[in-house]
Amino acid sequence: MREITLSQAVNEALAEEMRRDETVFIIGEDVAEAGTPFKVLAGLVDEFGTERVIDTPIAEPGFMGLAVGAAMTGARPVVDLMFGDFLFLIMDQLCNQAAKTHYMSGGKLTVPLVLRTNLGATRRSAAQHSQSLHALVAHIPGLKVAMPSSAYEAKGLMKTAIRDNNPVVIFEDKLMYQEKAPVPEEEFLIPFGEANVKRDGTDITLIGTSSMVQVCEKAAEILAKEGISAEVVDPRTIVPLDEATLLASARKTSRVIVVDEGHQSYGVTAEIASRINEKAFYHLDAPVLRMGALDVPVPFSPALEDITVPTPEGVAEKARMLVAGEMIHAA
Amino acid sequence: MAKAKTNTEDYMRMYRQMVRIRTFEDNANQLYLSAKMPGLTHMYSGEEAVAVGICEALTDDDRITSTHRGHGHCVAKGANFKEMFCELLGKEEGYCRGKGGSMHIADQSHGNLGANAIVGGSMGIATGAALRAKLQKKDDVTVCFFGDGATAQGLLYEVMNMAALWKLPVIYACENNGYSEYTKTEEIAAGSITARAEAFGIEAHQVDGQDVLAVNALTQKLVARARKGEGPFFIELMTYRYHGHHVGDINREYYRTKDEEKDWKDNRDPIIRFRAYLVDQGIASEEEIEAMNAEIKEDASAAVEYALAAKYPDVSEVDMHVYTDIKHACA
Repeated sequence: MREITLSQAVNEALAEEMRRDETVFIIGEDVAEAGTPFKVLAGLVDEFGTERVIDTPIAEPGFMGLAVGAAMTGARPVVDLMFGDFLFLIMDQLCNQAAKTHYMSGGKLTVPLVLRTNLGATRRSAAQHSQSLHALVAHIPGLKVAMPSSAYEAKGLMKTAIRDNNPVVIFEDKLMYQEKAPVPEEEFLIPFGEANVKRDGTDITLIGTSSMVQVCEKAAEILAKEGISAEVVDPRTIVPLDEATLLASARKTSRVIVVDEGHQSYGVTAEIASRINEKAFYHLDAPVLRMGALDVPVPFSPALEDITVPTPEGVAEKARMLVAGEMIHAA
Repeated sequence: MAKAKTNTEDYMRMYRQMVRIRTFEDNANQLYLSAKMPGLTHMYSGEEAVAVGICEALTDDDRITSTHRGHGHCVAKGANFKEMFCELLGKEEGYCRGKGGSMHIADQSHGNLGANAIVGGSMGIATGAALRAKLQKKDDVTVCFFGDGATAQGLLYEVMNMAALWKLPVIYACENNGYSEYTKTEEIAAGSITARAEAFGIEAHQVDGQDVLAVNALTQKLVARARKGEGPFFIELMTYRYHGHHVGDINREYYRTKDEEKDWKDNRDPIIRFRAYLVDQGIASEEEIEAMNAEIKEDASAAVEYALAAKYPDVSEVDMHVYTDIKHACA
């Protein structure tokens, strides 16, 4: 199978959906000729023109609001939010307007929009361009949240998101834009709410999201050399969450670590760990561990930044302790 | 009074709609005072000529966005008493199945995209509806209602900038009732409100919001021009709020005098003024007008009785309409 980058995968998904459905358009800062700072959208304006690849002023709440109104009246906007950190700027339009409109109208109005944004630290961009804020939006009923872990997921989830009649937020890992993965040439979609078991194992389950799927896979390789069989599961969407697949894996292996790049406290790791504790408790041989980003603003210095994010070695170390039956604290 | 429509039927419909709004509000206020209505509501009484003058210049294909003080917009855009009172009382037959209430009534069958409980929260939505019209080459126009208080929100300036850059068919209708909640407008608004729109190159008008014909004449002209791509436009409508910020705001002499309220009610009431005009011009007799008033009063009483007796939504609806495709979000 051919291999393309995550950036190309997103670009292809958008182009295919824009060809299929003329109500789809892209709106955001420097999305047209510039193709975004990450060049993810490069070339789309050539095919679809500036009417469907719309450059806006630097006004995130404004263009997010425009997208909500356009979506409510028959268009399917794909909003480009240059950095996930800018979510804080658009919270009212996303969480008070887009997320609640269908419910508040008793099901009469719909807001079929996609918000593309990103997450991920270790790019030496410091505290306002490095956050992984998906837990914030996952907390708000009415939003769906997709977290692609490779080019393959990025394409399949994006196509599903565009066809979804609800507001969907997709977080791309900005460090993965240039990473290649096998992606079929023929059309495919990845349904929401279906986790992917990336690697079968019997001793421990490593649940990872987005950037942390690779971390878990590398940890599993380290563990395999030591005779520990780790299963790696990628939820792919955290709303809706494929609880059944996660629970089945937990029951099978009896030990679980949840790894996610958001801050650990009150985060995605806490939510998933809690659900496993509630629903698979009697199958567990050890407490479910959480590994998120350190609860500090992301620091600039490489010496500091690198220790804020879970690593394969760190995950493997915790896994080893769990498998050995050592009672540990999750700190 | 400014002359606009010359059609007797149009005049009588405008009068009827203004009386319907006033009557609706009198009944809503009574429901609050007799503790039959859950929560609070914000009365539109006194501002009827604004909603009616504008909405009578629109078709069902034209959209509006409304505010927390939104009953007037909803009635003027064509809504029925029965579904509105049901919504105010949280009943299943309400416009939003009781999920929205007074501050979120939406009636998309008549182009009302909904009231909004965030002050200024719908400015992006209205502008986005207009963007969609332009992209899809439709000739509908969107009117964004908001108050003088909302001119303090930054979102307005972000979206007016984009509306002006892209010549969007949107009309910003600023209902200046003199008060931003419990504070005089002059204390919260520096400079001129219309000059703010003019700074973006948007044609702005100030009009007597107590003169339904003046409002209607201006709006008809601007709507016709907006349909031809000459928008956006801004209208500041000088009006007055008879009640407090909300129905519970009874003792308000610390921010405005009873004399001031009496002056507006006695000398500038939009319904009294228009009624006198209709009689004076021989368009309707006092008897005809009294008969119409009585009929509307009866309609409203019947709708209130109906709504009081109507059933609440089944508790199983609590997690419905969170998503379009997940029947029960918490199942």
